[in-house]
Amino acid sequence: MSAAQASTPATESSADRIVAVPVRHYGRMLGGLVVLVLLIDLVFAIVRNNSFKFGLVRNYLFDPVVLAGLRTTLELTVISMAVAIVLGVVAAVFRLSPNPVLKGTSGAYIWFFRGTPVLVQLIFWFNLGIIFPRIRLGIPFTDLTLWSEPTNNAIRPFTAAILGLGLNEGAYVAEIVRAGIISVGKGQTDAALALGMRRDKVMRRVVLPQAVPIVIPPMGNEFIGMLKYSALASVIAVEELLGSVEHIYSTNLRTLELLVVASIWYLACTTALTIGQHYLERYVGRSRGNAPANTRWRTWALRRTAH
Amino acid sequence: MTPTRQDEPVVRAERVRKHFGRLEVLRSVDLEVYEGEVVVIIGRSGSGKSTFLRCINHLEKIDGGRLYVNGELVGYRQRGEKIYELRERDVAAKRAEIGMVFQHFNLFSHMTALRNLTEAPIQVRGLKRAEATDRAFRLLDRVGLREKATAYPSQLSGGQQQRVAIARALAMEPQLMLFDEPTSALDPELVGEVLDVMKGLAADGMTMIVVTHEIAFAREVGDRVVVMDEGAIIEEGPPGQVLTAPKDPRARDFLARVLTAGAEDPATEAPRAS
Repeated sequence: MSAAQASTPATESSADRIVAVPVRHYGRMLGGLVVLVLLIDLVFAIVRNNSFKFGLVRNYLFDPVVLAGLRTTLELTVISMAVAIVLGVVAAVFRLSPNPVLKGTSGAYIWFFRGTPVLVQLIFWFNLGIIFPRIRLGIPFTDLTLWSEPTNNAIRPFTAAILGLGLNEGAYVAEIVRAGIISVGKGQTDAALALGMRRDKVMRRVVLPQAVPIVIPPMGNEFIGMLKYSALASVIAVEELLGSVEHIYSTNLRTLELLVVASIWYLACTTALTIGQHYLERYVGRSRGNAPANTRWRTWALRRTAH
Repeated sequence: MTPTRQDEPVVRAERVRKHFGRLEVLRSVDLEVYEGEVVVIIGRSGSGKSTFLRCINHLEKIDGGRLYVNGELVGYRQRGEKIYELRERDVAAKRAEIGMVFQHFNLFSHMTALRNLTEAPIQVRGLKRAEATDRAFRLLDRVGLREKATAYPSQLSGGQQQRVAIARALAMEPQLMLFDEPTSALDPELVGEVLDVMKGLAADGMTMIVVTHEIAFAREVGDRVVVMDEGAIIEEGPPGQVLTAPKDPRARDFLARVLTAGAEDPATEAPRAS
């Protein structure tokens, strides 16, 4: 490196500027063209198809039966997910516990419910009454009974769906939460213990809050998955979104139009969930430096109390 | 500060042993630390100095010997010949009396600097939020970071984080402070601000055990310097003697390497062993 080279003038002459002719990617262009033609063909095939009635899709989109089904789908999703999150957090904490019974039970739960198909589990809960005709709440190994009910009364299709979906999902949530807990550095636990906090408090106040932002992206995935898996409940006679359109097309035989109706609603819901997840991530990510507007206000408020 | 030898020491270690699996980390450590003393522990990495520090507040269990803080066994209770493990509640209560500062700061990353300082006083000591906040601001003033009260750890420099971490430990009003290589993870230009805070603490009479590679700090602030090697104390005494004329050949060897690494001006330049 000579000194002359090092001191290039700040002003650039036009001869120095590079205006290069880009490489032409002919293969890429051709590929794009083929795909484009195929897409246009597909659109035409759908639009010009006379046996597919778009009007029907529009008519059934806000049909009361469909809307009731949509409502059931949302209820199933939210309740099953809530059950799964509670179960999952407990199972994850148990799995990381030094107590072998808790650890083993949690491990077995995850092994079993992750290892068998949801559909099997749903049908199992639906048919529980066959092996356990009555459900009894009382002290184990005694006759002391607090509450008892025929199984088929206690576990209706909706409840069976919640049990099947929630218990299955809980196993997945447990693994996600466990990964989140492990990813929080051991130094955080050390620091909290050194300050005199007890293990349960360390978990609740230090570790779990830091696991939340890590856990949210995969959880969003699970939520969206649950929305779609809830369609399986139609098999055990729950009139959720898919069940409700099935109900309609079993009489009018417009199967495809009604499946499109259901798909539009599923897409709308997953889109809404995706947007929600985006904002949630932004909210919980605020301690990582990218503070959104509302913490700016809090900063200002705290500054005022500081002086 | 000259310790009064007839008092019960704050920390008393007798033949303390610790192993991880088959690896003997501490072979037999004997040490007494008296109130108001600043004891600096130096030694090669892997010599067991950090492990020993972590044993003092029972973050690590010792396997042999006896370790006392204020005359009480750490982590155990002795009745006659039998030794019982302490319940978690009692271990936690004793840890609350001992402040600890870590190499990697370990500030709670989901909390602002202020919340880091108020969390344990509220959760462990049961202080009212207003009271804890007052105390936190006093301590932030002391480490010169009041204006950073609402910053999250990720928005602070390493030196600032470590000063907040020191303030967090002080918020529990401990009677003993443990420092585990508090400046080893810092950029060289940030070391000074942390050492200054520690010097201030020492001047206020805080009992401190400091594991460090900062020989200049040991010389200036330490009442006693302890050199550890292979899980045992090989040299102990006033800094003037230990740092300039160590008797043990291994201590001499270690100091020679650390001091040449720190090179030109060991009084201002903080030597950093790698």
